[in-house]
Amino acid sequence: MSESMTSPDVRLEEVVKEFGEMRAVDGISLEIPRGSFFALLGPSGCGKTTTLRMIGGFEEATSGRIFLGDRDVVGLPPYKRDVNTVFQSYALFPHMTIADNVAFGLQRKGIARAEVNTRVAEILELVDLAGRESRKPRQLSGGQQQRVALARAIVCNPRVLLLDEPLGALDLKLRKQMQLELKRIQHEIGITFVHVTHDQEEAMTMADTIAVMNGGRIEQLGTPADLYERPQSAFVAGFLGKSNLLAGTITGEGLVRLVDGSELRASTNGTRGPVSIGVRPEKISLSNGGVNRLAGKVKESAYIGVATEVVVTTSVGELTVFHQNVEAGGVAPAPGSQVTLSWAPEATFVVDRGDPGDRGEEHVV
Amino acid sequence: MTWIRRHLLTGYAILAFCYLLLPVSVVLLFSFNAPAGRFNYVWEGFTFDNWVHWDAVPGIRDAVVKSLEIAIVSTIAATVLGTLIALAIVRHRFRGRGVVNVLVFLPMSTPEIVLGASLLTLFINARVVTGFLTIFIAHVMFIVSYVVVTVKARLIDFDRHLEEAAMDLGANEWVTFRKVTLPLLAPAILSAALLGFALSIDDFVITYFVAGSTTTFPLFVWGAARVAVPPQVNVIASAIFLVSVLFMVGNVLWAVRAARRARESMPAALPVPDQLSRPEAA
Ligand SMILES: Nc1ncnc2c1ncn2[C@@H]1O[C@H](COP(=O)(O)OP(=O)(O)O)[C@@H](O)[C@H]1O
Ligand SMILES: [Mg+2]
Repeated sequence: MSESMTSPDVRLEEVVKEFGEMRAVDGISLEIPRGSFFALLGPSGCGKTTTLRMIGGFEEATSGRIFLGDRDVVGLPPYKRDVNTVFQSYALFPHMTIADNVAFGLQRKGIARAEVNTRVAEILELVDLAGRESRKPRQLSGGQQQRVALARAIVCNPRVLLLDEPLGALDLKLRKQMQLELKRIQHEIGITFVHVTHDQEEAMTMADTIAVMNGGRIEQLGTPADLYERPQSAFVAGFLGKSNLLAGTITGEGLVRLVDGSELRASTNGTRGPVSIGVRPEKISLSNGGVNRLAGKVKESAYIGVATEVVVTTSVGELTVFHQNVEAGGVAPAPGSQVTLSWAPEATFVVDRGDPGDRGEEHVV
Repeated sequence: MTWIRRHLLTGYAILAFCYLLLPVSVVLLFSFNAPAGRFNYVWEGFTFDNWVHWDAVPGIRDAVVKSLEIAIVSTIAATVLGTLIALAIVRHRFRGRGVVNVLVFLPMSTPEIVLGASLLTLFINARVVTGFLTIFIAHVMFIVSYVVVTVKARLIDFDRHLEEAAMDLGANEWVTFRKVTLPLLAPAILSAALLGFALSIDDFVITYFVAGSTTTFPLFVWGAARVAVPPQVNVIASAIFLVSVLFMVGNVLWAVRAARRARESMPAALPVPDQLSRPEAA
């Protein structure tokens, strides 16, 4: 079995998982390149965990194929797959010490005791838990338990590490800290990470590539910048950060007419018909410098530190603008004042006019 | 107000305790009696003789040994069988699972006299000679219920992710069972076994029906009571009681110590999954 260096670590082909009538995963295909930090991002219940569990071997795919390297692993039990998992609940063995927990995988491989001890010590050093070897899991804090779970998985040096919302149980500060820590560890050991999360900030901070999932399908796959700058659906635009969506119709190449008849420029890439166009709040300026312009009246404005969030009512609906507080004191316009909003055509994205019922926290007009 | 309530409860607890302990204390006390006649019902004087010569009564040693043998083998058999049944009921969906789930409670809820009588009928019809084997079969039957119930309760809130984690780390089904499932079930299995042992040592009604010519300790006491109740009977009863108390106290101390050790070195609260994990607005 020869394996080329370029074959992806994980490949899914049209993977489907049904629980009775329920389609939890609805035909997912993706490739995860070796050594990458890959995030599966999506709202709760969209099938992230199920996808991960099929890769890990805990759930049998209803149809489709799953490859680890060049090997089709469908039907193989978890202990015959070269992947390890960090469980959402950590799943540390409560009756074993930290050292025994971490040594468990190595012992199953029949590695000599002396080497097991060395590697356990090394890995506990890496996750900053040296000195806790003889504790029991319940004697550690949540953050420490999390790191034991990580150590226990990576000490086995798997082809792929699967992480299911590993930071979900930590408080905000610790979570931010662990995000960077995880990234450092991944960089250090070079193992492919597949990280499941419903936190878009977390995914953006950590991952090289993000697959945004919704309703058992992948909505869009790309780098964090790709997804943020060029979302291909209203769902993605809304799930990753805030965006303003305006209903319109493409009337010509690069030209969109809004409901009030005004025309804006955007790269339409050959799309036709009814669409929504979107623009991120921080891309809009409260001056008439840009090509796309809308006049409106300030409804409210809230100082939020790095920016002032200004809500502007226009003839096509409300738009949110993040006005940078460049100068001390802030110069955001007061509610009631007339303003012109403008932005560049390059900052404008076009998406299908999706069903507004199933998306995150964006403004739909 | 809370003061009164707390002390009221304490008083109540002491009364309840006395109520429970009084009969046992009498048994224990009369094991040190030196009765004048054949019946150990009137206090005559204190002696250690009964404890020193506990087997002075003809037949009592054989009966005690027989009871212990039966209790040991039937407890072991019932514990293994009951644990497997509990695993099957909780972990697998099979035809007749519901029926098994209900049937397993039957020995617990059926009057012993009915069980004893029907077992005897069964054995006679099947031409099984009553004796050690039939007592063993009967005891396994009623101990199994308790084992299934105890182990099932533990299995129902067993975190399946622990077993998945073991498999994830390279353990096959058998190693996973041995290294993770069994150690975590052990306390439940052990307490079920202790209970089963106590039930077996103690059983009279069912054993009476299926014993044939075999004499266990309860049957011996029953037989003896018609002609004489020697204080040695109290000695054996007290010994059984003291041993079970010893087990219980040991069990409690062990649990308390484990809990204290856990509390002392716990620096922070355990994680609460699925909290604090909503993304902040961008
Ligand atoms: N074992 C199961 N049996 C039935 N339904 C399940 C099972 N596991 C998951 N589901 C359903 O599948 C959907 C996707 O679940 P999951 O993969 O856990 O989502 P996520 O991890 O993205 O929150 C959910 O609607 C969930 O209720
Ligand atoms: Mg999940």
